[in-house]
Amino acid sequence: MSQILSPLPGTFYRKPSPDQPNFKNVGDAVAVGDVIGLIEVMKSFNEVTAEEAGTITAFHAEDEEPVMAGQPLVELG
Amino acid sequence: MQKLLVANRGEIAVRIQRAAKELGLATVQVHSSADADSLAVKMADEAVLIGPPAASKSYLNIAAILKAAADTGADAVHPGYGFLAENADFADAVVAAGPIWCGPSGDAIRVMGDKVAARIAAEAAGVPVVPGSDGRVDDPAHARAIALAIGFPVMIKAAAGGGGRGIRIAHDMDEFDRLMPQASAEAKAAFGDGGLYLEKVIERARHIEVQVLADGTRAIHCFERECSLQRRRQKVWEEAPSAALSPELRAKLCASAVALAEAVNYRGAGTLEFLYDDISGHYYFIEMNTRIQVEHPVTEMVTGLDLVREMIRIAGGEPLRYRQEDIHLRGHAIEVRINAEDPAQGFKPGPGTISSLTVPGGAGVRFDTLLYQGYTVPPFYDSLLGKLIVWDEDRPAALARMARALDELQVGGLPTTKPLHQALVRDEGVAKAAFHTRWLEPWLEENAPRLSKEIAE
Repeated sequence: MSQILSPLPGTFYRKPSPDQPNFKNVGDAVAVGDVIGLIEVMKSFNEVTAEEAGTITAFHAEDEEPVMAGQPLVELG
Repeated sequence: MQKLLVANRGEIAVRIQRAAKELGLATVQVHSSADADSLAVKMADEAVLIGPPAASKSYLNIAAILKAAADTGADAVHPGYGFLAENADFADAVVAAGPIWCGPSGDAIRVMGDKVAARIAAEAAGVPVVPGSDGRVDDPAHARAIALAIGFPVMIKAAAGGGGRGIRIAHDMDEFDRLMPQASAEAKAAFGDGGLYLEKVIERARHIEVQVLADGTRAIHCFERECSLQRRRQKVWEEAPSAALSPELRAKLCASAVALAEAVNYRGAGTLEFLYDDISGHYYFIEMNTRIQVEHPVTEMVTGLDLVREMIRIAGGEPLRYRQEDIHLRGHAIEVRINAEDPAQGFKPGPGTISSLTVPGGAGVRFDTLLYQGYTVPPFYDSLLGKLIVWDEDRPAALARMARALDELQVGGLPTTKPLHQALVRDEGVAKAAFHTRWLEPWLEENAPRLSKEIAE
């Protein structure tokens, strides 16, 4: 069990752009380095990547939700 | 006009409230939940929460802003810059709902906001535009004739395109003959329309813009600003006047701007942007901004005007209070943008809490900012923290004063672009004003590593 935390404060996005599917969904396997979302901070976009492999069991933040640095975004099982 | 609602945030919201208060107006500040502690909210007579942090749900939420105006009895709305400032539908909606709109009419925004329509208006007013094909060209022989007439390098653009797609640059006729069919095929594939148009490439141009004030019948200019120091098309340093213009050329450029503003019956404050090629001596109109601009203070410093106050007066129905001969250019002003970005790390943004703040002072120094000690800069909006502006009798003195003011400025708790400006203000190229719009980016590639720490003098 581990979590992926937001590296930055900003707005969390689950998709690369509004008209595209989510990077990852609950039940998806992630490998180290996989992008699980974006954090927009002051109009610049930063990828959030997995530092451990696992399977996503939950998202703790919604698409377009404001998040704080260190806030859990994803639960890995 | 009794009560002005500010439909914006940050330093410009503070700036607008200052002008409003001096005119005896009460102020209403709308804000997102992320801006509840902002300086603009603290300054305002009334504050109204209009939505969550996302700008799309707050500062761009027309219904919420109009409701705030109705609920507070605000009888005027100032849009600042960015967000809804150049949204013609918002301008119309404000007027339809009752309040005075502090800006040009929705129709004026529509005409000048559309690049093709603005180009046509400029040509009709006798203002030079970037030479090009004046619309689409389908016949290859005609295209070759136009390319020869406007001179290489020539930009080939898809008539139906946008966002830089389908653009090719030909440096001579051989290349032109090779690229035209490619560009047409690509445009056809991408947009279903193979139509192309041509525009001359202005390679080493300066960005020079003219400030105008107008009341719908009469327009005056307030001289020019030069904003050639840019990164990714964002201005980082602005000054007035431009060191590159002779008095004769300045007069001609400013007269062009007035002619165009009057031709479209412009009302309010506006800026006409030009590219100036100082090798050929030609200038070309590129677009008009139908709002107050970030860099308006440099004009205020060299003319003594208060542009925001004037635009509010004009919106309130007063005729322009000045004749052209009342506007005098005195000395030199420079503005630098202090952003929450680390210039040594690719301008990585760094929101955070202001642990300490020392604001520079002394003669000829102005700092327009949203900061106060203890304020937490939210991550949801742009990175502009403030603008440091200096005035002095001439450009070398203004540079020395800027260097001194930058050394005095201390912003603790987050990275800022101050080290960039400390290096620029001491740079030989900057001292000679020997720059153009593509000067700063290569300079940054060379100098970025040394911008990691502040320069102590």
